Amino acid sequence: MRKLYHFHGGIHPPSNKTQSTRAAIAHAPLPTKLIVPLHQHAGEAAKPIVQAGDHVLKGQLIGMPDGFVSSAVHAPTSGTITAIDMQLIAHPSGLPNLCATLIPDGKEEWVGLKPVDYRSHSTAELQQLLRMAGVVGLGGAAFPSDIKLRIGKQKITTLILNGAECEPYITCDDMLMRERAAEIVQGAEMLRFMLDATEVLIGVEDNKPEAIAALQQAITANGRVLQQSKRHEVVAIPTIYPGGGAKQLIRVITGLEVPSGKLPTDIGVQCFNVATACTVYRALAHGEPLLSRVITITGNVRQAQNYEVLIGTPLAELVALSGALPDTDRYIMGGPMMGMPLPSVLVPAVKATNCIIAASAKLFPPPPPAMPCIRCTRCVDVCPADLQPQDLYWFAQSREFGRAQVFSLFDCIECGACSYVCPSHIPLVQYYRFAKSEIRAREHDKQLADQARVRHEYHEQRLEREKREKADKLAAREKAAQAAKLASTRPLTTQQQTEQTEQTELEASRAHIREVAQSEVEHPEG
Amino acid sequence: MLSALLVMAAIAIVLGAVLGFAAIKFHTEGNPLVDKIDAVLPQTQCGQCSYPGCKPYATAIAAGEADINRCPPGGEEGIQKLADLLGVEFKPFGSDTAAPKPKSVAYIDESTCIGCTLCIQACPVDAIVGAAKQMHTIIAAECTGCELCVAPCPVDCISMLVIEEKISNWKWKYPVYTMNVAEAAQTAAGAAR
Repeated sequence: MRKLYHFHGGIHPPSNKTQSTRAAIAHAPLPTKLIVPLHQHAGEAAKPIVQAGDHVLKGQLIGMPDGFVSSAVHAPTSGTITAIDMQLIAHPSGLPNLCATLIPDGKEEWVGLKPVDYRSHSTAELQQLLRMAGVVGLGGAAFPSDIKLRIGKQKITTLILNGAECEPYITCDDMLMRERAAEIVQGAEMLRFMLDATEVLIGVEDNKPEAIAALQQAITANGRVLQQSKRHEVVAIPTIYPGGGAKQLIRVITGLEVPSGKLPTDIGVQCFNVATACTVYRALAHGEPLLSRVITITGNVRQAQNYEVLIGTPLAELVALSGALPDTDRYIMGGPMMGMPLPSVLVPAVKATNCIIAASAKLFPPPPPAMPCIRCTRCVDVCPADLQPQDLYWFAQSREFGRAQVFSLFDCIECGACSYVCPSHIPLVQYYRFAKSEIRAREHDKQLADQARVRHEYHEQRLEREKREKADKLAAREKAAQAAKLASTRPLTTQQQTEQTEQTELEASRAHIREVAQSEVEHPEG
Repeated sequence: MLSALLVMAAIAIVLGAVLGFAAIKFHTEGNPLVDKIDAVLPQTQCGQCSYPGCKPYATAIAAGEADINRCPPGGEEGIQKLADLLGVEFKPFGSDTAAPKPKSVAYIDESTCIGCTLCIQACPVDAIVGAAKQMHTIIAAECTGCELCVAPCPVDCISMLVIEEKISNWKWKYPVYTMNVAEAAQTAAGAAR
């Protein structure tokens, strides 16, 4: 038995997971229309490389990664692209973003797939393959996985697979581990190979005994093939929210703390979601890009269940499968703690969609009115990042962003434990999000201002230089004219002489006029 | 008596040497305060403060010749930052300064542009490309929205476009919620209506 550690704080919200684990993962039927956003991952949006009217095959690249942190987007099925335009997507702003609309032809014709043997490729080649396969973290942040595998000089000793799934209601990882443990274990071995890590620890909360058993069985079964069984281990961790946060999971399993402002790789650990490992396996062993994922449909529905869903499926069609009850008044993407209300149920499923909760006033009663902070510090007791939430709230509220940063605002993982326990029902996380995005916007403005300053300085220097050059030229011309005059005094006739003098004078006055006109343009009205 | 004089003289010589050394070692070119003020200013180089750019305005503030409330693009927050930096009272915008506007970029209607280069000469950050009798265009990423190119254009083909809110520049809003029960009931009733 491995020695486990604790992270500070945490809460025990009702888990509500059993509703959606009764039935196996079902394949959602092919929808009538797919809306595939080109920006489904952290970083830069993919650039569309198809046009409206193009016929595409299943797995064909439709969005090219654009920029260092970016990922590819593929056609989830064969059909015709009918539009590439701005469509409403699942984003807290409720603003539209660029999407490709695909009408399936129902044939599911695959593009030619190229499986690779990962052991015969270099890490850089595998990273490029994953980037072009559109593999991103499926835990929720959708960070491109190839970037997480670029680790530079650090030595990674431990690869942690995150199967904690601590958030209530969500069971997509649980069901995936139960049903596709073998693929997860093989994907984990591929990730371990790329990171050159010595051990793989799969952290699963102890409220998922079936998943733990399935993973253990898969490791034993694969042991002979991979010869790595001693390197892989399933670790049952205590069920406490947010035990699935990357930093919290690392703390619980290894006892190491990721320092503020640092990455897990700085302490020799890298963390991937179990579903990501499964996708990595499919991308390399089968050559399949990321076209679908498992999504939990739960909450106020007749039959809560997990579905294998094509990316781009309108969520309304998914919800219809589970049969949302008539008193459903809104939908939440993600869990009840960290999820966000959807602007519309017509938005498409994306790579980051792990759960859709149909919400009703009965299931999630509106929060009681917020009262002033009484500084009871219950939020401090539960904060898993060891912060002072009541101080951060105070600074965010009074827009003292500098001090909020000093109090490590950016270490906040927005888990919502503080809001959960707040006796005054203050929406604390909203304040932290507000403060964070204001700070980011200010930093961006500052960068632009610095850029403008440099450009203005160059501009001034250039004007200065041009003026100097003009003056030099004028001086040189005058000198030449004088020399010519001196040289021509004797041999020239009087007539020629007068002509030349006139010419020089004319030149000089023209130059003077040009000079005056130029300065007029540069400094209008003096 | 003599020894006391000698001791005092020795101390004076040593301290003088230290001060002399420090004056050379820690010599600063220009006024460091100007750079600090300049770092706070938004660098639009728009001249709305009546100085020809942000640096001259910063120099004027440092010299005590200009007020801190003359920079509309910096907004009230800019004034507050200057007030904090200089240790003076916050001062609201006067009646002689333009009101702060939302951030915008210049846009050239390329079909109307006659290629006179006047806007290129006016641009303080070289954000306009073009040549004589050729169409000009704005490098939107470099444009500070100073509006200096708008006035010189003889065919009025430059307009200022307010930067739209997109997903890439969207910000979380300040949380607005009801603080007491009566208000909550009121909003609920309002929503029901």
